[in-house]
Amino acid sequence: MIDREQVLHVARLARLRLSEEEVDVMVGELSGILDHVDRIGNLDLEGVEPTSHVVALENVLRADKPHQSLPRDVALASAPEPQDGAFRAPSPQAE
Amino acid sequence: MSELLNLTALGAQEKLAAGDLSPQEYTDAWREAAAGDDINAYLWQDGSGEEAAAIAVEQARTAPIAVKDIFCTEGVPTTAGSRILEGYRPPYSSTAVRKLLEAGAPVLGKTNMDEFAMGSSNENSAYGPVLNPWDRGRVPGGSSGGSAAVVAGGLAPWAIGTDTGGSIRQPAAFCGIVGLKPTYGAISRYGMIAFASSLDQCGPLTRTVSDAALLLGMLQGRDPCDSTSVGLDAQISLPNREDLSGLRFGVPTELAGYEFDSGVREVFEQTLRKIEALGGELAEVSLPSSEHGISAYYVIAPAEASSNLARYDGVRYGMRAGGDGDLVEMYETTRSEGFGPEVKRRIMLGTYALSSGYYEAYYGQAQKVRTRIAEDFTTAFSAVDFVVTPTAPSVAFKLEEKTDDPLAMYMNDFFTVPMSLAGIPAISIPAGLAAPEGGGRELPVGFQIAAPAFAEQRLIDAAYALEQGIGFDARPGDADG
Repeated sequence: MIDREQVLHVARLARLRLSEEEVDVMVGELSGILDHVDRIGNLDLEGVEPTSHVVALENVLRADKPHQSLPRDVALASAPEPQDGAFRAPSPQAE
Repeated sequence: MSELLNLTALGAQEKLAAGDLSPQEYTDAWREAAAGDDINAYLWQDGSGEEAAAIAVEQARTAPIAVKDIFCTEGVPTTAGSRILEGYRPPYSSTAVRKLLEAGAPVLGKTNMDEFAMGSSNENSAYGPVLNPWDRGRVPGGSSGGSAAVVAGGLAPWAIGTDTGGSIRQPAAFCGIVGLKPTYGAISRYGMIAFASSLDQCGPLTRTVSDAALLLGMLQGRDPCDSTSVGLDAQISLPNREDLSGLRFGVPTELAGYEFDSGVREVFEQTLRKIEALGGELAEVSLPSSEHGISAYYVIAPAEASSNLARYDGVRYGMRAGGDGDLVEMYETTRSEGFGPEVKRRIMLGTYALSSGYYEAYYGQAQKVRTRIAEDFTTAFSAVDFVVTPTAPSVAFKLEEKTDDPLAMYMNDFFTVPMSLAGIPAISIPAGLAAPEGGGRELPVGFQIAAPAFAEQRLIDAAYALEQGIGFDARPGDADG
């Protein structure tokens, strides 16, 4: 179960702004999904190793050689607001 | 011209190599066919007036290919089915696309998909749903619904897609074609827009098992740009196995207790008889943890997605909205306007599961279930060569039939998610036709075969023998009238 307060908190963490209607829908839908998912909460998995990755790999390294990276103008070509060779964004603090 | 389009990709490649087919004439025939798309399957087509990353057509050495719009393609619009990437033209191509071009396959177009590959019906695309070529009132499956529909609908000879929890296999089943999810790590994920990085895998959607083998051979391999890629041990050979003698197929005992369409069950049972007729042996196996696959998957995949999709913030590429306030205001406005409802739902779910106080109960527990599911398969494969199930619990469902109930939509992945969590290869081949539960014209049913990690060659060989034995030759047009 998840309530309105939690939905609003999680939305803030995820940088999503939800309308009143979206919050209502989200409360219902997420609660339904979590009810289902909660079934695994009751399983006894004491001592079972968690799997974060299915292929056993460690320390995959490439040759330590310089190589061409994207030219700056190409990297900036898709930016919404490039300026002076950089990505421009609004100030972190409102004026 | 229709004779050209009837060639399999393998057949065309052989004729091109022998000089019996003009690359220009053949590619043009497919471009013309693709231009007739009236099921909203393509988001972009080569030859639509824009320069593609395509090779010069005279250099084509194999069939042109449709590419799911999740693969970055240099200079070509790549949206992942999302508004937030509308108009985005990547500055580089994914390794998969690069390898296709190197193999001499022109990119025919980019196919529609559920936004960021999140969905099982293609109804989550920001650019409208794809219609199933067998019945335009029904979904093609998802998330690689566009790629499945173009192959089934005669709009492309073959296609690539991605599979995170069933997104190649389920649409292949719904559209009556072959769909292969290779072992995790067989194909590079570089330039493939990330959904859930520990699960995402590229794979072929084709008319035949042989075409899937040919395409896998082109795509597989280790890639320095994706440190989780390992490739396959040997180059994939074209299958030619004629029977299934000496092979053991495990049927999960749990299937008996699951509810799914009677028509699907009937085709599944018939296919088991066909396996026996081809000399294969059936055995019971048990996958007791698989029933928790959906729960584990819908924690792990959204958790990884919530992290991967943090990059869409309106700063470096893609759309920006609400730039008049402060930085956070811009982030929130961009993401709120750019993402669709399902993507927001999964970001919320994942953020919640990873948030302080809930991490262990959800993400930690789901990762342990994942271990158990993988162990079930390991145990099964000590006794059998393959595990078989239906690919999906139903045939293609109606548009809007499940859009109001996310959980019902998620249950579509019931049979495909366990293999994704275990990282093992699985193929769906068309096994027959069945009427939907509510009645209506008969639609394709997929049969799923799973194999141990990196056993692609054995999987393809067996799938080929079974494909020949089944002899599925229905086409969407046959169902009309």
